[in-house]
Amino acid sequence: MRPVLRARIPLTLPASRRAFTPSTLRPGIRQPPDSDTVRFPGAVESKFTHELSFHRPQDVPAMPTYRFINAEGVVVDKKSKLDIGKEKALKMYKDMVTASVMDLIMYDSQRQGRISFYMVSAGEEGIAVGSAAALHDEDVIYSQYREQGALMYRGYTLDEFMSQLFANKKDYGKGRNMPVHYMSERLRLFPISSPLATQIPHAVGAAYALKLDNSPNIVMCYFGEGAASEGDFHAALNIAATRDCPVVFLCRNNGYAISTPTLEQYKGDGIASRGIGYGIETIRVDGNDIMAVYAATKAARETASKRQKPVLIEAMSYRVSHHSTSDDSFAYRAKVDVEEWKRRDNPITRFRKWLEANNWWSGDEETALRTQTRKDVLRAFTKAEKESKPAVREIFTDVFKHATPELQEQREELRRIIEAYPEEYDLGEYDGGKAGI
Amino acid sequence: MLFNSTKTFLTRRALGAAIKTPVVPAVARLPVAVKLSQVRYNSSGTKEYTVRDALNEALAEELEQNPKVFILGEEVAQYNGAYKVTKGLLDRFGEKRVIDTPITEHGFAGMAVGAALHGLQPVCEFMTWNFAMQAIDQIINSGAKTHYMSGGIQPCNVTFRGPNGFAAGVAAQHSQDYSAWYGSIPGLKVVSPWSAEDAKGLLKAAIRDPNPVIVLENELLYGQSFPMSEAAQKSDFVVPIGKAKIERAGTDVTIVSLSRCVGQSLVAADNLQSKYGVSAEVINLRSVKPLDVETIVESVKKTKNLVAVESGFPMFGVGSEILALAMEYMFDTLDTPAQRVTGAEVPTPYAQGLEALSFPDEHIIEKKVAQLLRV
Ligand SMILES: Cc1ncc(C[n+]2csc(CCOP(=O)(O)OP(=O)(O)O)c2C)c(N)n1
Repeated sequence: MRPVLRARIPLTLPASRRAFTPSTLRPGIRQPPDSDTVRFPGAVESKFTHELSFHRPQDVPAMPTYRFINAEGVVVDKKSKLDIGKEKALKMYKDMVTASVMDLIMYDSQRQGRISFYMVSAGEEGIAVGSAAALHDEDVIYSQYREQGALMYRGYTLDEFMSQLFANKKDYGKGRNMPVHYMSERLRLFPISSPLATQIPHAVGAAYALKLDNSPNIVMCYFGEGAASEGDFHAALNIAATRDCPVVFLCRNNGYAISTPTLEQYKGDGIASRGIGYGIETIRVDGNDIMAVYAATKAARETASKRQKPVLIEAMSYRVSHHSTSDDSFAYRAKVDVEEWKRRDNPITRFRKWLEANNWWSGDEETALRTQTRKDVLRAFTKAEKESKPAVREIFTDVFKHATPELQEQREELRRIIEAYPEEYDLGEYDGGKAGI
Repeated sequence: MLFNSTKTFLTRRALGAAIKTPVVPAVARLPVAVKLSQVRYNSSGTKEYTVRDALNEALAEELEQNPKVFILGEEVAQYNGAYKVTKGLLDRFGEKRVIDTPITEHGFAGMAVGAALHGLQPVCEFMTWNFAMQAIDQIINSGAKTHYMSGGIQPCNVTFRGPNGFAAGVAAQHSQDYSAWYGSIPGLKVVSPWSAEDAKGLLKAAIRDPNPVIVLENELLYGQSFPMSEAAQKSDFVVPIGKAKIERAGTDVTIVSLSRCVGQSLVAADNLQSKYGVSAEVINLRSVKPLDVETIVESVKKTKNLVAVESGFPMFGVGSEILALAMEYMFDTLDTPAQRVTGAEVPTPYAQGLEALSFPDEHIIEKKVAQLLRV
């Protein structure tokens, strides 16, 4: 006979489980007589109306897009004062340029078969760098895969990028993850996860942990507008709102999700309109304007940290690159469109115009920067490509926190075999060689 | 709207009639003449097909023959599918029958289940089965169980398909084999093609089968060519679900395998023959569920030795199942304890060397069999 599961449930709840007695419950919502406003549990500020009319999305004006500088690099927001001095501005600029130079080199290197996969962030450098520039060092980042600029700003070094891409012994992931799936304990960047949108509820969980710690820090969560179609996005925003989690959601709306154009991804007013639906303070910004991204993220961070509330930022941009090295986007969009976008507006050239107007940047400095950056990237590239692979013992580590006795035995067996037949095993390319077991 | 389907499930029969008025665009009435680029001919009437083309032909034929069939998934229409399996279908059958969805596996798998509950026969493509993890509740809790829980009133003729198992250099989150996962669920049928004929015949059988069927394809096989017999090129060709195929007859050992491992097992069998004179019988399971126990038992009666080969994780897998069956049905016939060759107990690593160490290859299969037979 089967044990009766029900028997395990006590018929009367223990005292500790009986917290909700009528006297401790808050008074419920009631509909006052003769009120002109609905006070039902599900909506409390809604006026009664005798007009039978539906709210049509097309009647609601699209949420405006915030700019700090315009396409000519001229400041259009005269009210906000940004704390971007020369040093910070130049760092922001250099990091955008470095990300774009690294992207070009790595894209080509994949084409040459030297790495297996890569994703560039062309056109979106301003979103990544501008938002990261507004964070505090101890803030936590959950990113999608196209935010290399944010890592760059935080101090993820070219050596760190290259080690991950070449899966060498310095790759924190020990060669176990695909290229561009970066992570950094030091920079509080959680490992990038391939299944779309999974990082969004994770970010909320991390934010909740910070909240329980009474930490002033926040979580920054990046994702694309395509990922925002996944259930995880919706679940995450709703929980963040209901639990008041200190998280800033930043959607890079770049017009495409691989081949799916934004207009087929959703019918509403972008991703921003959803924030309002979930009761989250929301702003839409021009993603080609790094200053706007910075200003919005800084204010959002303040809200998340001080007022312990989630915020949503939708940054508009255009993915001028192919989706990844596995994609040829000219199969689904015209090359002229892309060329047009590249020519017309770009976060790097726009910011440069502003820098030049401030007399903080010159053509000579530009040439020098690009030459030097190229050299730096190539130096890191060559070094990482030559670096040895992780030690052989890593075959047996990390599936579990502590290796099981079977795994320990297997490792011992491998050691014995290698010691018995040293000539049969050339472990020169692995860290520590034969001693690496 | 795709079809006039405003009625509730209780009036399904009435709906069936409504559905028979096909909303098939004119282009769809073109003969099923194959417009496939990679088909190669030879004299006997057999042609070389890639697995991709075989799947494409299966879809085209079913769309052509049955107006209830439609295809949905991420990038299946305009982009021709992430792996080009649905190439040309949008052009032929129009945008009501080949539809791109937003990126929400849970959403479109659920929509496929809903359309199936309403009498259609959707074919739902996942970019990879790995992404179907987002949709697994729809597949299992709704797709697999509704027929039973509705007292048999409500069938769910949905086909879920996509590449399964590891590919090259795509790491743990893109490299899982779901044979055991779906194979364990009552209410689902699960097929796992290896050759082009398998691919075409099983996919067509899946679409026609009144139950929810999981089609586990393999990305590494898509570009591989196989001979396709004249019969298999016809539009009435199906491979019955639940029947295994003996790909190579032998007398000394039975190797039971599925999907890509069938090809590896065949190579191993040839090597065993030439090196040791061992005659291995290779069984291609074709179906994971129902599993063709009889073919395995009959083969083992002859060979007295059994090795299961798969690329899933070792525990609770297809191999475990076959070995359990050996214990139940073949204990007295076996000369040696049945063995299994499986993937390694590790989330699939990215690095090429590590990845190679994580899965069976021809050499390992050969070695395992040689050890078993002490040759
Ligand atoms: C659950 C899941 N489904 C599908 C994919 C395949 N995929 C990878 S990236 C991508 C497009 C994502 O687009 P978006 O979020 O807009 O980001 P973008 O690439 O435009 O930066 C898709 C569909 C995936 N990784 N995970």
